[in-house]
Formats: sequence, structure tokens, C-alpha cells
Amino acid sequence: MKDKFIKAQQEKLTLGAIDRRQFMTSAIAAGIAIPTALSLASDAIAATPKKGGKFRMGLGHGSTTDTLDSGTSENHFTLVNGYTFGNHLTEINNEGKLVGELAETFESDDGKTWVFNLRKGVEFHNGKTMTSEDVLASYEHHMGEKSTSAAKGSLSPVKSIKADGKYKVIMELDSPDTDFPYIVSDYHISIRPAGDMTSGVGTGGYIVQSFEPGVKSVLKRNPNYWKEGAAHFDEVELLSIVDPNARQTALISGEIDAMDRVDLKTINLMKRNPNINIMQATGTAHYTFPMRLNVDPFGDYDLRMALKWAVDRQELVDKILLGYGAVGNDIPIGTANYFHNSDLPQREFDADKAAFHYKKSGHSGKIQLSAADAAFAGAVDAAQLMANSAKKAGIDIEVIREPNDGYWSNVWNNDAKGWCACYWGGRPAETMMFSAAYVAESKWNDTMWKTTDSAVKFNQLVKDARKELDESKKRDILYECQRLIYDDGGLLCPLFNSYVSANSKKIAHGKIAANWDSDGAKCVERWWFA
Amino acid sequence: MHPVVKTVLERLGLGLATLFFVSIIIFSAIEMLPGDFGQAILGQAALPETVAAFRQELGLDKPAHIRYFDWALGAIQGDLGTSFSGRNASGADRSAEVVDKIAPRLWNTLFLASMAALIAVPLSLILGILTALYRNSFFDRSVNTATLTTISFPEFFVAYILILFFASLNQIFPSLANVDPDTNLGERIYRTALPAFTLTLVIVAHMMRMTRAAIINLLASPYIQMAKLSGASQTEIILKHALPNAWAPIATVIAFNLAYLVVGVVVVEVVFVYPGVGQLMVDAVRTRDIPVVQGCALIFAVTYILLNLIADIIGIVTNPRLLHPK
Repeated sequence: MKDKFIKAQQEKLTLGAIDRRQFMTSAIAAGIAIPTALSLASDAIAATPKKGGKFRMGLGHGSTTDTLDSGTSENHFTLVNGYTFGNHLTEINNEGKLVGELAETFESDDGKTWVFNLRKGVEFHNGKTMTSEDVLASYEHHMGEKSTSAAKGSLSPVKSIKADGKYKVIMELDSPDTDFPYIVSDYHISIRPAGDMTSGVGTGGYIVQSFEPGVKSVLKRNPNYWKEGAAHFDEVELLSIVDPNARQTALISGEIDAMDRVDLKTINLMKRNPNINIMQATGTAHYTFPMRLNVDPFGDYDLRMALKWAVDRQELVDKILLGYGAVGNDIPIGTANYFHNSDLPQREFDADKAAFHYKKSGHSGKIQLSAADAAFAGAVDAAQLMANSAKKAGIDIEVIREPNDGYWSNVWNNDAKGWCACYWGGRPAETMMFSAAYVAESKWNDTMWKTTDSAVKFNQLVKDARKELDESKKRDILYECQRLIYDDGGLLCPLFNSYVSANSKKIAHGKIAANWDSDGAKCVERWWFA
Repeated sequence: MHPVVKTVLERLGLGLATLFFVSIIIFSAIEMLPGDFGQAILGQAALPETVAAFRQELGLDKPAHIRYFDWALGAIQGDLGTSFSGRNASGADRSAEVVDKIAPRLWNTLFLASMAALIAVPLSLILGILTALYRNSFFDRSVNTATLTTISFPEFFVAYILILFFASLNQIFPSLANVDPDTNLGERIYRTALPAFTLTLVIVAHMMRMTRAAIINLLASPYIQMAKLSGASQTEIILKHALPNAWAPIATVIAFNLAYLVVGVVVVEVVFVYPGVGQLMVDAVRTRDIPVVQGCALIFAVTYILLNLIADIIGIVTNPRLLHPK
């Protein structure tokens, strides 16, 4: 209790809500010794964001076809750039929780009609005040019949969108979805001034000065930024440095202050550099080995269970991800998700249990596992390691190396192959992930887990979860959904891969978000120079 | 007509003919690539109608020879067409003119090439002449060894070694050569120093050894012996008697290396993140942006042909026998 209070006070001090004296008074009142209180205070002050400096970042993406139109955003460079100069109705904060951004609040009584109450007094970089008119125009840009936006699909459930006065937008969905506010945080759906969706004018913390596709984006701080405690740098330069070696050299020689996607092969050399911090964030991205229930022998519950127990997950993390990741627990929901079911016991390699289920399944002979590095880097090696550990349980896995070319059409999600390697980027909301690949009507349902009793129950529960507005009830439903996949599903998910990035020790930041690489792709507005 | 003018005109005509054949080769090579560009760009999910509409929009449904002439006629007028990329399945057009895409990149490439050439050409000529002058001396051997060493390593290795010593261990030069149109000249030179040094190290050996060989070769000829017997000094012999006759092979090898500086520096561009035309072409190949690939290939071809033409002309006009016909 006391710890919690002091922590809260420390946070207030960090944010400048109280001063040092007030902090000391409250700390001493809470029974903390003066020297301890003093050091707590200076810790908190060191974490206080400072303004200023020019932040240069090297990103491992970027192409000459990039634009400032958020509807065409398709790589991490455009993603980071877009979040730097633009805002969205909602955002996922660094704790992984959804909060309002340009919509101060949002609410729905039935999950079907969503009301977004817009923030007042927000100005675009061109001086125009943001109102519902701009939100409508921005959504039209992504939803219109002729729209070319990549977000068209995710906004297809929106039946109608209308304004109610200058600061209220109402969206009507064709079926209830309580996770809809997650969709509007999507990096494609940036709010721009009506009539100008493409020139890079936004409401964000930085104003675009120049943008050279595939080369760099130069921005400067927006002096009128509405968001408090954000956008600390004076100037920003985002550089597209696709070659990992060039990116790392640039960071080591101080040419840039931060970079994404560290090459794991040379990470130990980077670590030795005293001026560099390596960061990793385990998010929602995961590697899977889906078993198709409609292909023999994977329709058998015991055989699936045998294989789930026959994988040495820690070995895969150590050898395939070189330690930069986490073990998966056969659910497609990671610890970065808000409703991750942490009650499920972590599945580990257990030869006895695997052998027990294998015997019970009555199967004999080889089980084929298809893999190619198109699925993820190291997929074939991972399959070999799995075959090796399964052998200890008396299960014979035959690894088939598939060609990279055509892997996604000929191998994955294809009845010709019952078991293969795959990867998923994950989704910020649990129901979004379930809709993508685990509900019966999904085209990407790569496990074909549709007809077992558990699957039928799962499908009903996902529908219920979409309707549920009460958080604790929703939690119960989503936990149960995860348990059903964990027990009965065809999903074998041994790995959650981390985003590994590096930055100069001059950079300071708070907790790192895990929903995207680079602090949720919002590092530019969240970080500062210590 | 003066024989020099005649030869120059002849060479120019041949150059144009070569360019014509090269343009056919570029076009048909790209034509022969397997696969359908419409489908490749639109992705597998695209419907057949969309692919057909897309092909029609790009003019890919017309027969090859008509497309070739459209392209070639446009190219003659300086219009290289419109880039394919930047379109997507629903037909949005955010594509740019190929010329607009290539021009700023080409300027960057030419700048780096000139930087490297300004260092490398005088350096290799001087070294070549000096090594010819003091051949088989310790100086000659060490210069030869050093230049042969640098040419033997792949350029990315040379680049990384330079980065290690001049950017990482001692932070003298930047490891990123990120320039933009607003960068002023001084800053630009400073930023492109390491890539220019890398290229210099890679090309010096070739030019320097050619200069040395051409001069030494001439030193054995009777008229040099004659000059020697009449009491000319060693320096005088080389600069006044040998060098004028050696220009032709030297110019050829310099032209060859200059062309390489323009068309062959992709690796250096990638290592130093320099926004040059090589990177653009690689990008275009990856995104199957055929007009850009064709445009780049054509510009590279023109560079080669032009530089070789100039070398030929230098060879002709500096040749005393052609200059003073009987």
C-alpha cells in the first residue's frame, strides 16, 4: 500500500504535478527515512522528460514509393513517421491499454453505436482547428467506395458515420464490437484536415519539414501540440537505413541516436559498447505451427496434445531467437495484450506426458511437418529441433523443407499439408486476433478448429465478448476463450519473438510499449534526451 | 575534311548506333523476364479483371514492338515514362515521372563520382608517372603493392575498414553520407568523403598501373632512345616524348573507371546510405518498377558510351600521327 502511494507520488513528481518539497513531505509523512526519500526524489527527477535536442533515428525500412498519405502506409518507416506528425482518435499507451487521443472519450451502450467526443482546441499544423468535419473527411478517405486505403477492410463493419455538432462523431457498426475503438487506433487512420489527406499536415507533436521517400523525413517540434508530456525533441530526422550493418555503424559512431531491428548475430558486439543500450520488447508477434484438424492425424485430440508437450520451447527461444523472445503457451495472445490469460500453466517439454497422449492417440509412423524460412527466419531449424525433442517422447516427426516461393499459397492454410510453420504479427485486441484466424468464418483459420465441442463454444464466446461492455465479465469470457484454444485448439505456438532495438545512452524513456517496434512506433513523441 | 573531325563524327555515329542496339537489348531483356508485371504488382489476391484493367492502364496489353517504339521515342525527347510503382489494386495513382525520380539521385551519383574522380585521376596519373620514372625501385614496389591490395578487396570491405578507422574508432568523418538537396557544398564534401575515398582506393590501381605500363612500354621504342642519346633528361623524356603517345590507352582506362564510378557503386551507396541512382535501381527492381529500371539502364548505357567516346576522341586528337597527317 505504502509502496503504491510512494510510486504514485514519484510519478507525479516525474510529471511535474508536485514539486520536490511536496514529494518529500508526503514521503516523510508515509514513514520513509529522509535519505531514502531524497534518493527517491532524485530518481524521479532524473526521469523527468527534458525538452530539446535533435533526435536522429535509423530505421530498417523505407522505400521510394512511400508517401505521407496514411492510407498507403505499409512499412515501419511510414508507421513511425505517421505517428510522429499525426494523431488518431484513440491510441494504445505504453502499458498496452487503449486510451483516447483526439477523441477525449468514447462510449457505446450496445457496442454497435460508438460515440467519439472530440478534444477541443486541437490545431492542425496549418492552423485550422480540428472538428468533426475533419474526422468525417478523414474516415471518408479510408471508407469511400473509391478509397484505396489499406484500412478499407478493417473499417468495413462501419455502416454509417455522422457528426453531431462540431465535437462529436457517431459511428454505427453492422454488428456489436466492443473492441472497435482499438481499430480506430490503427496507424492507417490518421486524422487530417478536410480536403488535405496527402500532404502530411496533421495534429501531431512534430511538423513535417521535408520528406524524401526512401531516404528521410525531417520534422520539427509543433509548438502548439495539445498533448502534455509528449514531443520533447526540438528537431527530428528519421533516416531510412535498410542495411543493418550501416545502421549499426551509424549508431556506434554517433551519427544516429536510435535504431530499430538490431541484427541478432552481432548483438553481443553491440552490447559491449558502453554508449549503447539494447532494448527488447516482447509484443504480440508470434511464431506458430498450426495443425489442421481436418487433415489426418491432427483431428485427434490426444495426438495434438502429444505434440504440444513434445516441444522444448525454451530451447527454441535460446537457439532460434538467440534469447530475444519468450516462450509461447499455445495461445495467440501474448503478455503484451491486456487480457492475456496468465492463469494457464506454462507448457514445457514433458516426454512422459507427450508419450502418454501419443500412446492414447494410437497413431504410429511418421508425422510430417512442413517448414520454410518464408514462414519466419529459422523456421526449418525450429522444425528440426522439434523433431529432435519429440524423438525423446517416441514421436517420429519428419521435417519437410518446402520452397520459399509460393509457401503461403501452396503450403500454409492448405489441406495438402496438415502441419506447417507460420507467423503472426498479432493484434492489439484479443477479439481481433481471434477474428483473424480462430473463428469459424475466418478465411485464415489455419487450424480448421471449427467443429469440436470446444470450438463451437469458443465461437459463441467470441461473439459474446464482442458484445460485452463490462470489463471483468469480458475478461472472464476472453480467459475462457484462451483456455479453449490452449486445451483443444490446433495451435502450437512455441515462440513470441521480441522487437530488438538499440539506442544511445543519451536517450531516456519511460516504459516501452510492446504493441509495435520502436515503443509502439511512437518513440519520437515519447522519448527525450536525458 | 580534316581526318580528326571525320573520325570524331564517325565515332559519334557509331555511338548512336550502339545506343540503339543497347536500348533494344534493355527492352527485350526486361520483356523476357518471366511473370506478368500486372499480377506481380497487384498481388495474388487480385481478380483477373483487375489485372486486365491494370495492364490496359499501363499499356501492357499492346504488342511489344509498339511499346518499344513508344518508349524509345519518348526517351529521345527526354520522357522516360511514368513509374509503375505507387499504384495499388484499387487503381490509386501516386506514381511519379521517371525523370523526376531519377534526376535528384543522378545528381547525387554524379557528385560522388566527380569527387572520387577528382581525387583518383590526378593521384593515379602522378603515381603512374612516378613509378614509371623510378621503376623497380622500393617506391615503385610499395606503391604497386599498396594499390593492388586495395583493388583486391571487395569494395564493401574497404568501406567498412574506412568506417572502422575514420568513423568508429576516430570520429573524423561521418559514416552516413545522407545528403539532401539543401545540403551546402562544404557539408556535402565532408559527408561524402568516406565513400569517395573508398571508390578512390578501388579504382586507383587500375589507372595507375595502366599509366605506368603504357609509359614503360614506350620507353623501349627507338625514338625514346634517340631522345636519350640527344641528352634529354629522364623527366623530359617521359613528359614530353612518352606521355603524348601514351594518352590513348590511359584515356581508355580512365573512361572505363569513370563509367564504373557512375554505374557500379550500388554497394558503396548501400554501405554509406547514400541516396544515389544505384540504390534507386535496386529498389525499382525489387518493386518491379520497369520504367524506372529501363530509365536507369538507359542512363547507364549512355554514360558508358559517352565516356568511351570521349576516350576515343582523346586518343585520336592526342595521337601525333593523326594530328599531323602527311
